[in-house]
Amino acid sequence: MEILVCVRRVPDTSENEIQLNSAGDDIERDELVYSINEPDNYAVEEALQIVARVGGSLTVATVGGEDDEEVLRREMAMGAHHGVLITDEAFSGSDGRGIATILKAFVQKGKYDLILTGVQAEDGGAQVGGMLAALLDYPFASLVNSIEVLEGKKLKISREIAGGNKEMNEIDLPCVLSIQTGINEPRYVGMRGIRQVASVPIPTYGVTDLGLDACSVGEPAARVKRVDYFVPELGTGAEILHGSREENIDRVLELVAAKGGPK
Amino acid sequence: MVGPESTAQLMSWLVPGRTLFLSIHLLGIVGFSYIVARRLVPLLRGECDFRFDRPLVRLGRVFKYWLGQWKHPRYRTAGILHIFIFAGFIVLALRAFTVLIVGVSQNFVMPGLSGRAGPVYNIVTDYAATIVFLCMVIAVIRRLVFKPERYAVPTRYGTGHTADAIFLLSLIALLMVADSLFAAAKTAGQLQQGQPVEVLAALSLPWILQKALLSASLPTLGSVYFGAYLVHELTFYLLLCYRPFGIQFHVETSLFNIYFAKLDREILKPVRWGVSDEHLDQVKSFGVKTFEDFTWKHMLDFYSCADCGRCSDNCPANSVGRPLSPRFISIKARDYAFKHYPVFGRAHNGATLVGGRDSGGIYSEDEIWSCTTCGACEEECPLLVEYIDKIVDLRRGMVDEGNVPQSLQKPLKALESRGNPYGKMEKKKADWANAREFQQTCYVKTLDHRNGGDTLYFVDSITSYDDRMQSIGRATAKILSHVGENFGILGSAEKDSGHEVRRFGEETLFMALRDHNVDAIKASGVRRIVTADPHAYNALKHDYKDLPPVEHISQVIAREVKAGKIKFNPIKNEDSVYTYHDPCYLGRHNQIYDDPRDVLDAIPGLKRVEMSRSRDRSFCCGGGGLMLFYEPKEDQRMGVKRVEMAAEAGANVIVTACPFCMTNMEDAIKVAGLEGKMTAIDLAELVDQQIARESQKVA
Repeated sequence: MEILVCVRRVPDTSENEIQLNSAGDDIERDELVYSINEPDNYAVEEALQIVARVGGSLTVATVGGEDDEEVLRREMAMGAHHGVLITDEAFSGSDGRGIATILKAFVQKGKYDLILTGVQAEDGGAQVGGMLAALLDYPFASLVNSIEVLEGKKLKISREIAGGNKEMNEIDLPCVLSIQTGINEPRYVGMRGIRQVASVPIPTYGVTDLGLDACSVGEPAARVKRVDYFVPELGTGAEILHGSREENIDRVLELVAAKGGPK
Repeated sequence: MVGPESTAQLMSWLVPGRTLFLSIHLLGIVGFSYIVARRLVPLLRGECDFRFDRPLVRLGRVFKYWLGQWKHPRYRTAGILHIFIFAGFIVLALRAFTVLIVGVSQNFVMPGLSGRAGPVYNIVTDYAATIVFLCMVIAVIRRLVFKPERYAVPTRYGTGHTADAIFLLSLIALLMVADSLFAAAKTAGQLQQGQPVEVLAALSLPWILQKALLSASLPTLGSVYFGAYLVHELTFYLLLCYRPFGIQFHVETSLFNIYFAKLDREILKPVRWGVSDEHLDQVKSFGVKTFEDFTWKHMLDFYSCADCGRCSDNCPANSVGRPLSPRFISIKARDYAFKHYPVFGRAHNGATLVGGRDSGGIYSEDEIWSCTTCGACEEECPLLVEYIDKIVDLRRGMVDEGNVPQSLQKPLKALESRGNPYGKMEKKKADWANAREFQQTCYVKTLDHRNGGDTLYFVDSITSYDDRMQSIGRATAKILSHVGENFGILGSAEKDSGHEVRRFGEETLFMALRDHNVDAIKASGVRRIVTADPHAYNALKHDYKDLPPVEHISQVIAREVKAGKIKFNPIKNEDSVYTYHDPCYLGRHNQIYDDPRDVLDAIPGLKRVEMSRSRDRSFCCGGGGLMLFYEPKEDQRMGVKRVEMAAEAGANVIVTACPFCMTNMEDAIKVAGLEGKMTAIDLAELVDQQIARESQKVA
């Protein structure tokens, strides 16, 4: 099975202190460290496991700049066979639909049976997967937390629904799935692995390579524009108990009872 | 036993069996040689290991640990028993060979024993045989009646080894009886015929048997003599050929195992012997994945393990119910070797050792991650079997395969991008020192090309970033400043020492952290390094190269106390009873046991008690560095056990000298419900609190 996983490089929320810049229109990016968008990593692991079971190959692609090559290398160190950097000046400022348009053009350059995305980007809005499927006119399932390959170009997948329940579906290939974290346990990639793929060439694709109209992507085509960033003000309502352990236990029981809990 | 004056008639009793004896000799020797040759096959396929240097040092260790049985008395009863058996074997070795040769050459006398030495040697061997026999009886009784817990085999590791042990003990006992009977029959025969008699040692086994045989007829004695010889010979070769199939193989391998044992225990095994760091990228596979990835010496360790269980008896992971028992790391690998390299049939190798039970794996992932590398097992092993290097090598193999628990992946990634496991910003590394109130009492400069200093205080991640442990950092800085040290820190230029990164098998990341720190330290131009973190201390001292001398703060304090630069105010609270908990990487790994104790004893009015497990038998707090992120499967926390040991010793203050010990102890005090009854304090904090400062003297 030929699988494409669309990945993205994002500021790592666990290793950064996200602050607004002085203009208030973006976050302070000077000392940020980046990593692979976490759900995308699960998608790559899932793809690797599928390839290990049924054969085929795995391509990871990202829309971005030179710096984003880092995450492609990381996923190639995990085991992805090919990495592709989709980059062009004209792509900057794309909204979700713009990114989906670019990816659609790339998908149509190849022959992929299955396209995976992470459930959402940590700095995004969970838009691209669904839009990509719609633009390609492929079936789409979101929040996928298990995949089983069936006979006859079909998959059996489960999706997480409210209350932690699972819904089982059959879906025809080719299709687009957005992958929920927890579907698997992604393997570890260390510096050694990354160093081993450091010299593998990563092809790049631009507007003309993909046969795109520059007006259909990038800032001019964006219909959703970011106008502001703000940090919510600290609300009240949290109460910190300062008593001894026994006093705190009594107080917690009181509070639970007051809110209608068991008495 | 066998003197030239023996009569021809007595000796001729053996003549009819000569062909039989010779055949058994040949069969036994050929059999043993073949088995040993087969046992060597995996060693030849194993990885290389440099163990041929410093022969004199190695011989010295053979004298101490092999001939001197140095570690044995750590377990009083079993140890003394073993020393007797071992001494008996050494003494009896000559006699055994003499007896064997006598069967085919009746007038043989071992060179050197033909003169006066002969009878003296005979007396000694009579007693030796008796002692070994008695030891076997005691050993069997211990196994059957007293059943020391450390011999038990938990069901997950298979069936018990008692039957095998008793079989072997009985064979040795039988050997002793046959040997004694052989001597007794001869002497009885000589007595009956009025010939000159060799003196048998009074009350020894041969002496008793001889008394019993005195009234027997000469032909009966002849048959007993012949029979005893045959039983002795058969038992001897049966033992010889059976030993390489089980725990008694150590009789043959122990000498070599100790000679080739690791000399520099504090230095971790390199990824691959003979491959420099620069060339590591060309090594295709890291660590141990299949049995053949072990070095030949590590395989010899597996053969040499005597299954005594002392390692696991001292292993903190084992004692809190983690799925790790060092004894079975060896036993399972030995069984694997026996199964995959059989004495008869073809060797079939190559299976993955960790995980994948279906494909022949023998270790579980949790088993290998459960080790805190505290070194208690290695400290105890009488045969100097190594464990830490094997665990680290197995982890290297798992890391190389991407097989790392999710809980460890985040901190490893953060170490890669931020240089600390918490993912905190580099620029906040010196915040602990830069808080305004603290700056006013103790100025800590950040060393760079403009601000030089003599001494670097290497803080490391936990003390820099953990709110609670920052107090250890501040206490350390105040002590250094009190003794007039011109010191500074690296601040944001300091990355994690990588001590646990290396011990968790991530060698490449460790090397990156190390190289960064070495450059930063060299650029600072300092002449010495001090740290309050034993893990950083161990890394800088042994894992790094070409650095200025490194000291732990407890060494600095001890020296300054002796020099009179540090004086203490007396302890105010008379109810406080202190106990010192040895951090593994200060104590066992670096033998710093006395400095911290000397410092404590120099504080007036400080009452100190020792826990039953202290110094080189200290019980690990639960592990430091990345181990704090690992979520082990366990019944209880190591720290809780340790805190309970402190309570048992009658202490209510645990002093330690390691920020990780502090984390684990303080957590454990809460978990054990001892809050208010027990506290933990770092040595540096206590010293800082008790130091008599000039200003106070004036006041």
